[in-house]
Amino acid sequence: MDSQPAFDVIPALPELLLFIAGLLLLVLGSLRERDAARLVTPLAILSLIVAAFVVIGGDKTAAPILGGHFVHDSFAAFLKVVILAGSAASILLAQGYLRNQDLDRFEYPLLILFASLGMCMMVSANSLLALYMALELQSLPLYVMAAFNRDQLRSTEAGLKYFVLGALASGMLLYGCSLVYGFTGTLSFTALADLLRPGETGVASLGIGALVGLVFVAAGLAFKLSAVPFHMWTPDVYEGAPTPVTAFFAAAPKVAAVGLTLRVLMQPFGAVAGEWQQIIVFISVASMLLGAFAAIGQTNIKRLLAYSGIGHIGFALVGLAAGTERGVYAVLIYMTIYVVMTLGTFAAVLMMRRQGRYVETIDDLAGLSRRQPMLALAFAIFMFSLAGIPPLAGFFGKLYVFMAAIEAGLTPLAVIGVLASVVGAYYYLRIVKLIYFDAPAEAFDRPDRVELQAVLGVCAVLVLGFILIPGPLLATAQAAAAALMP
Amino acid sequence: MSDWPLLSLVTFLPLVGAAFILLIRGDTAVVAQNSRSVALWTALVTFLLSLLVLGNFDSSQAGFQLVEKRSWLLGFGIDYHMGVDGISLWFVLLSTLLTVIVIIGSWHSVQDRVKEYMIAFLVMDTLMVGVFCALDLVLFYIFFEGILIPMYLIIGIWGGARRIYASFKFFLYTLLGSVLFLVAILVMYLQAGTTDIPTLMATEFAPGLQRWLWLALFASFAVKVPMWPFHTWLPDAHVEAPTAGSVLLAGVLLKLGGYGFLRFSLPMLPDASAYFAPLVYTLSIIAVIYTSLVALMQTDMKKLIAYSSVAHMGIVTIGIFTPNALGIQGSIIQMLSHGIVSGALFMVVGVVYDRIHSRDIERYGGLAERMPAYALVFMIFMLASVGLPGTSGFVGEVLVLVGIFQTNSWVALFATSGMVLGAAYMLWLYRRTIFGALTKDDLKLIKDMRPNEVIAFAPLLILVFAMGIYPAFFLDPMAASVENLLVQIGASPATDLALH
Repeated sequence: MDSQPAFDVIPALPELLLFIAGLLLLVLGSLRERDAARLVTPLAILSLIVAAFVVIGGDKTAAPILGGHFVHDSFAAFLKVVILAGSAASILLAQGYLRNQDLDRFEYPLLILFASLGMCMMVSANSLLALYMALELQSLPLYVMAAFNRDQLRSTEAGLKYFVLGALASGMLLYGCSLVYGFTGTLSFTALADLLRPGETGVASLGIGALVGLVFVAAGLAFKLSAVPFHMWTPDVYEGAPTPVTAFFAAAPKVAAVGLTLRVLMQPFGAVAGEWQQIIVFISVASMLLGAFAAIGQTNIKRLLAYSGIGHIGFALVGLAAGTERGVYAVLIYMTIYVVMTLGTFAAVLMMRRQGRYVETIDDLAGLSRRQPMLALAFAIFMFSLAGIPPLAGFFGKLYVFMAAIEAGLTPLAVIGVLASVVGAYYYLRIVKLIYFDAPAEAFDRPDRVELQAVLGVCAVLVLGFILIPGPLLATAQAAAAALMP
Repeated sequence: MSDWPLLSLVTFLPLVGAAFILLIRGDTAVVAQNSRSVALWTALVTFLLSLLVLGNFDSSQAGFQLVEKRSWLLGFGIDYHMGVDGISLWFVLLSTLLTVIVIIGSWHSVQDRVKEYMIAFLVMDTLMVGVFCALDLVLFYIFFEGILIPMYLIIGIWGGARRIYASFKFFLYTLLGSVLFLVAILVMYLQAGTTDIPTLMATEFAPGLQRWLWLALFASFAVKVPMWPFHTWLPDAHVEAPTAGSVLLAGVLLKLGGYGFLRFSLPMLPDASAYFAPLVYTLSIIAVIYTSLVALMQTDMKKLIAYSSVAHMGIVTIGIFTPNALGIQGSIIQMLSHGIVSGALFMVVGVVYDRIHSRDIERYGGLAERMPAYALVFMIFMLASVGLPGTSGFVGEVLVLVGIFQTNSWVALFATSGMVLGAAYMLWLYRRTIFGALTKDDLKLIKDMRPNEVIAFAPLLILVFAMGIYPAFFLDPMAASVENLLVQIGASPATDLALH
């Protein structure tokens, strides 16, 4: 690390690019009186795409830079591409909605741009300090976005709720970080990993003080993951925030939070996996079960998807609980597939519009197959995929995490997981039932924006086609997982 | 021809047809007519291709043939691996044949959402063929569970009054069994390092582990078969499903359970299979006797046939776990026969249901007067179901009973008594619907079978007699594979085959 000059910033090029683009667009947006959004939006999407290509083309083997706080490895690169693609898709998704609701302000793509910058830094964080800063950089735009429809009570309430609870979680995280620092004397992940590597005795152990710190860090991260028991904010914020914002919340930030959790637990604390495994197993089981049972009673599609998201995080954490390279590999695959399914589902939800008004209850979907067969088909594909029914992509996500869990000797966890997925299947089936079996309700408006249809179509094709060409995703995820392991 | 990926063609051709139907646009009536034609032609070509599989099959070989293998899921050594042996061969043919027949059979009776209907059945065709050709556990599981999606939609969209309850029960009940099978697959993968079925057959699992795995597999297959007491989804699903759905459900989907026992439980977990055989015998005997008694009490024709399925499949599970050549061959023949006969019986019910819109036995009586051809068809399938010599049902039941007599004569005794009950409820059903005086007013105008119905029944009639009169044609290709299976499980050398 010492041999690295402090100003070598080449590995952080994507982040720099996003940062500069964000600032320039901010100035540009404020200078234009009207049609600022029309100009800034495509440029923001372009910056995200360019950044993604820079990530793909860049060197993924560099040593940590910026004094060891920042690392860009295959693992970070994999997640960054997913995050940037998810963010770009989220901006696209939102266009029709923002215009219809008279919300198309240029701040929207910019907030996503800055949040994406924070997320990219999250997955590249290599010290507790960088972790905290990146997390906050990601969170602040999200709070604003939740309250983006500022004239609406529900939206502002969601923003405030998210902010207050998020601040509490940040406090816990920071407290945990300070405990870890106090008891180990270092913030750097690399140094922590060296410190905790099993020495002469052959047994790695974390002192009780640092362990308490780790528990607080895990709690803070669990809040960002919306994992049980720190999930309470999720249904309210999902329901209250404008729908495209919810779509964004459910996709990229979840990936970033999972990536960060993977890195924190596997890299510095990988040697003491035995000490945190129980926590993750508990969080995972609780999330899967709560996600499965609590969603049954929901009538609002956004609330339902919130609980479904909690359940999915539970499934992803099954892979982390394994604490192996296979486990990390499984989580990466799971989250990538999850993002595609989620964005597709929200694209479909955004098409639920009657006479210009957006509707949100699942009963509004009744008989959709008779009115709009292609939208109904796409919706059904996403529901079956979320339920984890083969041959759709969602099944493979589950297959890999359960495989990793069983390999790590966590068969009971896998059994609980598969049973929870059966319970979960019930409410996804209920939506398919409404769409296909029930008498038709009033038709939805024709979507006037082509972007929405494009996102929906691409996601549906990816979910259907994963079984045919799984190779590229699996190979990249494998390299990414290998990079995380010592 | 040997270079062609014949099995993949048979498997995925219907999917191509389904995609084609999806693209059909235009006026509702035109779309419906075109969808029917495309579906029929696709299913027919698929069936003919599957006959090529039979033509290229070498009966003297015991192993898997027409094998295709491609690397698929990286990092886990899970391959796309297809092939057939003497056991799966006939099920492939049964699936493709029944698909053609149900498409013909529902030519006129389905008028609502024809496009989606035909797509659903073609997708079913792909999944059913695939499940019998798959030589990789994960691949098998994907087809096995994928079938739930089209079947759920078929029951839920085109089903009867309680279709929603039935479709949910069907889906969740079967899914619950299947996910434990998935866990077992993953455990087997970690033990053996592969999900390749031929390799796993040669792998020996520790006896303690075998029992757990066996129970997990049993959870899945016993629901599919279905064995008592896991059969409660079946009467609901059968009664509410449209005729074509019931035919495939009874004809092919129930066979997946039996096939699973034959393909996985016996060769991969032989010790546990021997250990749990008494359990299977007990549940099967209860199924044979109890569900026959239940069938006697039914007032709904479809429900009666649904319960008779449970009883007949009880004979199958007894045969599989005999385990000797007679029992296993008998159970395969019994499965094929049941696939044809019970499928046909559901169509028989469908014929009158389309006309009168009731499945109540009380609503009928004296149909012989107005529908002589129908009465004849009904009688033949009814007698085949009862197991009259000369029909397919006889061959299967006799082989199984002879097989089980060599293993356990008490089981044989109970199973035989169940068959007497089977004759009772079927004959009684026939008497109440076909014979007697034609008194109901609306029945006085009922019309005999339409040409498309006759065409749909014809191949099934031929097969019932072909299997009954010359069973060797069906037994020969499976003989080598069954021998091989018995060697794998280390059972006693096979006894001479009857009827040879």
